[in-house]
Amino acid sequence: MTTEAFVEIKDVVFRRDQRVIYDGLTASVPRGKITAIVGPSGTGKTTLLRLIGGQLKPESGDVRVDGLSVQSLKRSALFDLRKRMGMLFQSGALFAELSVFENVAFPLRVHTDLDDDLIRLVVLMKLEAVGLRGAVDLMPSELSGGMQRRVALARAIALDPEMIMYDEPFVGQDPIGLGVLLALVKQLNQALGLTSLVVSHDLQETLSIADHVIMIANNRVAFQGSPEVMQASDDPLVHQFLHGSPDGPVRFHFPAPSLEDALS
Amino acid sequence: MMNWIAGIGRSTLSQLSDLGRATLILMQAIVGRSNVGVHWRLTVDQIHAVGVLSLSIIIVSGLFIGMVLGLQGYTILTDYGSEQALGQMVALSLTRELGPVVTALLFAGRAGSALTAEIGLMKATEQLASLEMIGVDPLRRVVAPRFWAGVISLPILSLIFVSVGCLGGALVGVSWLGVDSGSFWSNMQASVDFSDDVFNGIIKSVVFAVVVTWIAVYQGYDLVPTSEGIARATTKTVVYASLAVLGLDFFLTAVMFGEI
Repeated sequence: MTTEAFVEIKDVVFRRDQRVIYDGLTASVPRGKITAIVGPSGTGKTTLLRLIGGQLKPESGDVRVDGLSVQSLKRSALFDLRKRMGMLFQSGALFAELSVFENVAFPLRVHTDLDDDLIRLVVLMKLEAVGLRGAVDLMPSELSGGMQRRVALARAIALDPEMIMYDEPFVGQDPIGLGVLLALVKQLNQALGLTSLVVSHDLQETLSIADHVIMIANNRVAFQGSPEVMQASDDPLVHQFLHGSPDGPVRFHFPAPSLEDALS
Repeated sequence: MMNWIAGIGRSTLSQLSDLGRATLILMQAIVGRSNVGVHWRLTVDQIHAVGVLSLSIIIVSGLFIGMVLGLQGYTILTDYGSEQALGQMVALSLTRELGPVVTALLFAGRAGSALTAEIGLMKATEQLASLEMIGVDPLRRVVAPRFWAGVISLPILSLIFVSVGCLGGALVGVSWLGVDSGSFWSNMQASVDFSDDVFNGIIKSVVFAVVVTWIAVYQGYDLVPTSEGIARATTKTVVYASLAVLGLDFFLTAVMFGEI
């Protein structure tokens, strides 16, 4: 059954040690669209991706991906579900001992029976898409951080997943790389009908391609809707975040006793 | 006082939960469906990394330990005029004790620490997480081949250590100190029993192999993914593995040779 939302998150409570990360987070990610997850640092945007990927389990609440409840899946079912998701990690997370070619070929080798010629074809196409076909024989250590992330993107789309999660894809990209990546995320989304989730600090750039925005602040969803509505919103929280003002409902300081007490 | 008791309780609980996690990791790594062809190839690669590359340190140490045994044994045995028993002494010490134990200790330092650091770095650079997201279980793909490679390599390294050690003993005893070559080797052959000595030595070695490799992969998989965490886990691997080997050695020796 096809539902509107590809990912459905309901009343999720998540704690890291004693620190509350989410306290009743509810959000949904529409199918086939680009959803941006934004919010101040340390609000657990990456954690949200890990909950969706089933690498972390919520204390309570429900995370559903395409109707499947991620936290209650068995190990093997979870791994099957993950074949349908691609994830681009902050650091790229390429396999250091494999060449660029083998990195991109890796998901194909473990999950498909394609012969070597076909794998080569797919790998070259994916690398062409991220502009790194020329780097096919290099090792990850020979690439810059930005290039590593593009190779990782090629690897993430190798299996043509239904959903792809980008964790800070634009960090460390020069303006040209940034522009190309933005266009690429948009293209992939439209051409392959992917559901895309982008966690990013580059607010204006991300909003320029997003169809849907989820803003997380103060342990819950502060805003959910289209970028246009967000820009026009007069919610003080959203306003503070969009305009980068130091004062407002979002606290910039990590929780601490008052300065007077700490210094006395 | 209460704090002290609570402290004991806390540390016991944390040790128990460590043990539980380690067992779970081992079970998930080695039990269950796996792609035998691919995994065998990965295991062979790892046997090269942990086994073949440890050969030089094992051979050199074996040779020197054999030579020292030859020298020490000779000085003691000549006091009783029984230097022809040198072969027996060298071979028995090596097969029963020094072979399995010293090899396991060297293996913990050479290969165990490398396993921990490698898996730990893969965790720190999100490679394990990215394997998971690709839909590949890192326990099967990364931990299992390394575990099996250790379990297969260490007993073989131990046998090589013993053989080279015997040659080292002969080198010093026969070629240098002039023990009769015939009595050296024939005494050795007559006194070393396959099932009592060699086989028991192999059993010890297999037990050490499981324990050392298990500790190494667990410490790597479970560490805190920072540079400090990796350093600490690597140290822990060597310390815990060495202590476990020495402790288990006493226990196994008591069971195997206690009644003699």
